Amino acid sequence: MKFWTLLRANLGRHRRRTFLTIASVALALFLFASLRTVVTTLGAASRFGSARRLVATNATGIVFPLPIAYANRLAAIPGVERVSWANWFGGQYGDGKRFFANFAVDARSYLDIYPEMQVPADQKAAFLADRSGALIGNRLLDVFGWRVGQNVTLRGTIFPGDWTFTIRGVYTPADKAINDDAMMFHFAYLDEKTGRQGLAGWYIMEIDSAEHAPAIAKTVDDMFRNSTAPTKTGTEQAFNASFATMWGNVSLLMNTIGMAVVFAILLVTANAMMMSARERTRELAVLKTIGFTDRRLFGLVMAEAGIITVTGAVLGLGAAKLLYRATNFNAGGFLPGFDVTPATFLLGGAVALALMLASGIVPAARAARLPVVAALRNVE
Amino acid sequence: MPLVEIRDVTKTFSRDAERIDVFNGLSMEIEQGSFTALMGPSGSGKSTLLNLIAGLDRPTSGTVTVGGAVVSGMSPAELATWRARNVGFVFQQFNLLPVLTAYQNVELPLLLTRLSKKERDERIRIALGVVGLDDRLRHYPRQLSGGQEQRVAIARAIVADPTLVLLDEPTGQLDAKSSQEVLSLLSRLNAEFGKTIIIVTHDPHAAARARRQLHLEKGTFVEQAMAAGAPA
Ligand SMILES: Nc1ncnc2c1ncn2[C@@H]1O[C@H](COP(=O)(O)OP(=O)(O)OP(=O)(O)O)[C@@H](O)[C@H]1O
Ligand SMILES: [Mg+2]
Repeated sequence: MKFWTLLRANLGRHRRRTFLTIASVALALFLFASLRTVVTTLGAASRFGSARRLVATNATGIVFPLPIAYANRLAAIPGVERVSWANWFGGQYGDGKRFFANFAVDARSYLDIYPEMQVPADQKAAFLADRSGALIGNRLLDVFGWRVGQNVTLRGTIFPGDWTFTIRGVYTPADKAINDDAMMFHFAYLDEKTGRQGLAGWYIMEIDSAEHAPAIAKTVDDMFRNSTAPTKTGTEQAFNASFATMWGNVSLLMNTIGMAVVFAILLVTANAMMMSARERTRELAVLKTIGFTDRRLFGLVMAEAGIITVTGAVLGLGAAKLLYRATNFNAGGFLPGFDVTPATFLLGGAVALALMLASGIVPAARAARLPVVAALRNVE
Repeated sequence: MPLVEIRDVTKTFSRDAERIDVFNGLSMEIEQGSFTALMGPSGSGKSTLLNLIAGLDRPTSGTVTVGGAVVSGMSPAELATWRARNVGFVFQQFNLLPVLTAYQNVELPLLLTRLSKKERDERIRIALGVVGLDDRLRHYPRQLSGGQEQRVAIARAIVADPTLVLLDEPTGQLDAKSSQEVLSLLSRLNAEFGKTIIIVTHDPHAAARARRQLHLEKGTFVEQAMAAGAPA
């Protein structure tokens, strides 16, 4: 493109200003992509969960246990195909700064109910065979530098003491919304070490059809209504979503901040574009005397805005993608599968386009409409 | 046949409530290949006339014809394209783009043509050669003297090979020596390359280089043919 020299010279006129403008566009799109990805990740997490899995917790609150004796009664309900249970452990590793989920599970039934957790057959067998064995998410290999076969000791918070496990297997989530940094170990080991008997934190049921979910949930809750530990049952989706609704307001906040940031940057960019066009009033008039048409000047000024915003957008969106990829960012386990989605890229591109139009249109139209004679007289 | 024909042109500026009648039925002709100096007191309408000829401004009424084309009747886009081909314009203030080198400044009018990069390069070198600056291609305007800048501006005005070259006080900010260089260059462009030249100037020495002098006063002409004779 033969006008490239002219464009480049104009962009290079105030190198620092051009650089700062590009940097602020890049920052805006980086923030936009980041905030947007928080929203999409939360969204994915709250949509995750099979509608064919029900979760029953203690109606009083999720921290209160349920009797283990419920397992058989749940399994007997028509439509319930499998039952498993788990208990939050809350152990810490090392200095405890890196949070990760760890809980006791009834291993065999748990893995059956969660086929999305993929474990190599030999590791699965080794885990099931070792009472003090642990199954960990693949991310923990990197986070702590653990290896299969290694002994690791957690410090219990809810269940005090040092707890040593042998890592027997590594699971890889087939669904990005599943935590890849959780650790599971055997319920029997928890019971044995604590001397506690007969309690479970929550139950998971696989049912025959999603359509039966409301009816089965009601049956379960009715069954235990008058017992000492009544239940609250819902689909796993609803269970996850109940965490996510906590985040619902966060999403709104993120979106609002995102838009505010983009708008602020728009003002910065528009201002820079306007300044650079205004300084060049006489030069634009000179170009008109040479024979540059109004439309061509409009295009040239617009192209400048385009180069700035597109460069900024590519840098900002690219940095977000690469950075979160390279660091495997998941907010310490709170945002599993944190990754800038193609939809976010498209949206970021649209934002960049809007930025270009909004920041370029005024100076470009001004350049096009500039009356040559008056512009030349004004400087004399 | 004259190259430039001005017929019954009036031009009125209205600034606020005030009306300024610069021309009130002006007519004149300029021959192809002539070298005309336009003189007159400040505010007499010299720049306005040059702007009308170049199609940078429109007459309030009347017609401006250049080389058979009715300049006063063209749309802005037509005018721009016509100007790119037919008119070279030079100002008192040098009006080079400071961010471009001499070479790139001279290239600007050629960017509007279909010429290839190689053809453009040839033309630029010729134009800068004519003005004697072929050793300053990569210099930026701030690295050139005032006279050199003005010669680059002239190179830019002639590079697309227009028939008509208009200059508004091109020597107004130059010292005597640089002025002489620029004026000699204009004489050469007129004599050797057959360019039709109209120069606005306050300087009688500059006007003496022209073959015809027109004196504008309050929007009307007081013509004085040079002793050297009628235009070619
Ligand atoms: N755009 C404009 N708006 C209002 N008045 C104008 C405009 N352009 C020119 N004029 C007026 O028209 C008259 C002629 O102006 P012009 O610039 O043509 O004079 P000039 O002969 O070139 O003067 P100088 O020698 O000072 O350059 C002046 O009175 C000027 O104030
Ligand atoms: Mg003037």
